[in-house]
Amino acid sequence: MAQAVEVQTGAAGHGHDDAHDAHGGHGHSGTGIENRKLMMWLFLASDCMFFGSLIATYMIYRNRAVEIGVGPFPHELIDIPFTSVSAAVLLMSSLTMVLSLGSLQKGNIRNSRIWLAATAILGTTFLGGQFFEFTEFHHEGLTLQGNIFGSTFFTLTGFHGVHVGLGVLWLVSLLFVSLRGGLKQENAMTLEIAGLYWHFVDIVWIVIFTLVYLLPYASAEGEGGEHASRVHDLAHAVMRFF
Amino acid sequence: MASVAQPGLSAPTVSGAHTGTKKRSGLLDWITTVDHKKIGIMYGVTAIFFLMVGGLEALLIRTQLITSGNGLINEKTYNELFTMHGTTMIFLAVMPLTVAFWNYIMPLQIGARDVAMPRLNAFSYWLFVMAGLTLNISWFVGHAPNQGWYAYAPLTDLAWNPTRAVDFWIVGLTISGISSMLGAFNFIVTILNMRAPGMTLMRMPVFTWTTLITSILLIMAFPAITVAIIFLMFDRWLGTNFYAVAAGGDPLLWQHLFWIFGHPEVYIMILPVFGIVSEIVPTFSRKPLFGYSIMVYATCAIAFLGFGVWAHHMFTTGMGPTANAVFGATTMTIAIPTGVKIFNWLGTIALGQVRFTTPMMFTIGMISMFTIGGISGVMHATVPIDSHHNDSYFLIAHFHYVLFGGSMFGLIAGLYYWFPKITGRMMDEKLGKINFWMTFVGFNATFFPMHFLGLEGMPRRYYTYGEGAGWNFWNAIVTFGAYILGAAMLLLLFNVGQSLKSGKRVGANPWDAPTLEWATTSPPPEYNFAEQPIVASRDPLWAEKYGHGDDIPAHIESPEIVLGPNAGDDVHLPNPSFWPLVGASGMFMMGLGFLFENITIFWLGPLAISALSIVGLITLMWGIFGWAFEPTGVEGLH
Ligand code: HEM
Ligand SMILES: [Cu+2]
Repeated sequence: MAQAVEVQTGAAGHGHDDAHDAHGGHGHSGTGIENRKLMMWLFLASDCMFFGSLIATYMIYRNRAVEIGVGPFPHELIDIPFTSVSAAVLLMSSLTMVLSLGSLQKGNIRNSRIWLAATAILGTTFLGGQFFEFTEFHHEGLTLQGNIFGSTFFTLTGFHGVHVGLGVLWLVSLLFVSLRGGLKQENAMTLEIAGLYWHFVDIVWIVIFTLVYLLPYASAEGEGGEHASRVHDLAHAVMRFF
Repeated sequence: MASVAQPGLSAPTVSGAHTGTKKRSGLLDWITTVDHKKIGIMYGVTAIFFLMVGGLEALLIRTQLITSGNGLINEKTYNELFTMHGTTMIFLAVMPLTVAFWNYIMPLQIGARDVAMPRLNAFSYWLFVMAGLTLNISWFVGHAPNQGWYAYAPLTDLAWNPTRAVDFWIVGLTISGISSMLGAFNFIVTILNMRAPGMTLMRMPVFTWTTLITSILLIMAFPAITVAIIFLMFDRWLGTNFYAVAAGGDPLLWQHLFWIFGHPEVYIMILPVFGIVSEIVPTFSRKPLFGYSIMVYATCAIAFLGFGVWAHHMFTTGMGPTANAVFGATTMTIAIPTGVKIFNWLGTIALGQVRFTTPMMFTIGMISMFTIGGISGVMHATVPIDSHHNDSYFLIAHFHYVLFGGSMFGLIAGLYYWFPKITGRMMDEKLGKINFWMTFVGFNATFFPMHFLGLEGMPRRYYTYGEGAGWNFWNAIVTFGAYILGAAMLLLLFNVGQSLKSGKRVGANPWDAPTLEWATTSPPPEYNFAEQPIVASRDPLWAEKYGHGDDIPAHIESPEIVLGPNAGDDVHLPNPSFWPLVGASGMFMMGLGFLFENITIFWLGPLAISALSIVGLITLMWGIFGWAFEPTGVEGLH
């Protein structure tokens, strides 16, 4: 009996082991991370594999269209300045998301609404940019069916766009909830989870932007050069970009 | 903390007679339930139904092959039968059976009230039902999937496979994948966050450990097949070129993406069974599991290595000697942690006092049959040998030794083991032993001769063979074995039915098992534990009963006390909910909309969005919003 008690308090001594559960009240052993938030982290881990598979496919097929000789090819289409602006818009939306959450956590509901709306608007702007880009590319002859570059490009960036779109839908729903008084300091977690998702979608865009946009740009600049010099060129492109 | 003063485990148990007052079991109650135990039962019953469907398909296959030149089944139907057999057994029978145990047993083992998100759990279940329906509706449209369970490109190419058959498979597997992943998220959160006080990770029962690790495998592996299927869908529906060679696409991309999922998938089917076996072996050897922590680490190692071996399914595709050698070597390393597990079980058995009950017999059957399958598996890892075995009946023999001899034997063992917990009645032991021997004999008669057939060159997936091939004798034996095996499965069902009616009633812990699920009544009340159990050791019920240290008296009175009919009244239960079913039906309609030609509302290139899909989408959204704004009855549940 004595030992059992000792072991038990020993376990409790491991810090957040129990009694800190956000809602249980039964003193479970756990991570100390709220269930929904943990769930979101797991979803994002899984989503990494999803985008990983899409991106890997894109990278494997990247030069196939050129090899087969059926255009249009990446370096003919990609417009770095334009996409840089829309990437910047999306990155800004992460900032406004942080500000929105920060305000809510401090209890400033009005500001949190404003920043939340700003985030949704920036996200929508990004989507508008993507829509514009897709139609441009389409005019220049790039289609889902036309060549392998079209198939992989539209699928990869399209799925990212779907993620952004769902995110915007979520943000707007939260805005409505907030306007009806449902989003308060106590349940800032609800917003925090949406924020996690939103930042993740941003990070994915940074990866896509680098691999899909900057890379072919870099290799086009370095045309005729050695394979190995691509990396070098890429570095230059990035420097020039900033 | 008041509970500190309690003994190592304090789970007051309710006497069976009183739990009836709180039980409802009308149809409506089942449809709207969010209780993990009911959902577990529904998973189990549905999965056993599909097991019978898949078994029937297997028997048809075997009847066709009973003799050379048999004309019972034509090549079209044969292709559909083996594809649907494989797909059904994997996605609709074995996986959901493991999920049934995860649902019912795991929350009890960790002393939780329910899973973290009960309604999401119900949603997973209904999606699984919808996936099964979608796949099998194809039979009634006249074109069931026919491309094999791993659906290699270009067999799935629109040019070679112009009917809707492949599309049913695409939609069915997508829904099934979503169901599995949502379930897995839920189980991981449950295990990480909802363990009883004192249950540190290294005190978790091994079954719970394997649930955790397998769920992690699920969420990391399923995205790969999701992407592969999206590409396939786009190739077929939108005319993209992912697998189209002429446009620079590569059929091997499918194989890579599929097996990046597919190999972890075989661990998804076997690790939970390792967990079941690791519960049964100690119980009936009357000895704590030998090398518990090694067992846990071995599970993690298998899961980790499982992501680095996928190309052993592709040795004959011409990857080149380097890739072949690397993947052959990584594959062999997996045999090490797997072997460690087998020695852990053998060690437990050898050092303990074995009781040969039916669950234990199926468990020993599992360990031995799985070992045979594992050995032929290591043979395949040797590239030159695999070139010889590939696509022959030797391979069919191998994976049925691991899937039937491993997974199914273990799942049946689990059914015999936990049946008294779930129903409050014992399965008939005498029938059980007959059941075991019939299964064992039938299984080996069916699958062992397949090794010979394969080595003699009999290919898999052929609907017939000539007399001159000399395969008649073993094929006849194999088919007879399959009939015995089929009969054994019917006997299992009979035993379940019979025992439900007239099995011996049992108390909380009929097997004298060590883990927490045996601390509450059989069947457990809706709220599981009236008072939060507190755990102080790995085998809490044994520690309490027999003691496990010098300061603990040899025998502590069992905490089993009879509570009144109001026991557990202060445990908050989540409200039942319709929304999971609404959402799942929405997804079902959405999928069907893509499969049946009906009023087209909206054209997106060649992708016709049909009226049914739109209705489905609206229903799904309705379900999700209804769900989001529905009060759960318990703070923080979803
Ligand atoms: C009653 C027991 C069973 C019998 C008699 C049986 C028989 C067979 C036979 C004869 C084939 C080969 C068909 C061919 O290549 O022409 C086959 C394939 C297969 N079986 Fe079974 N099986 C049984 C149970 C199971 C179970 C429990 C599982 C898995 C969990 C399973 C999974 C598969 C798979 C994945 C294939 C490959 C299908 C394909 O080629 O695409 N089977 N089965
Ligand atoms: Cu494998």
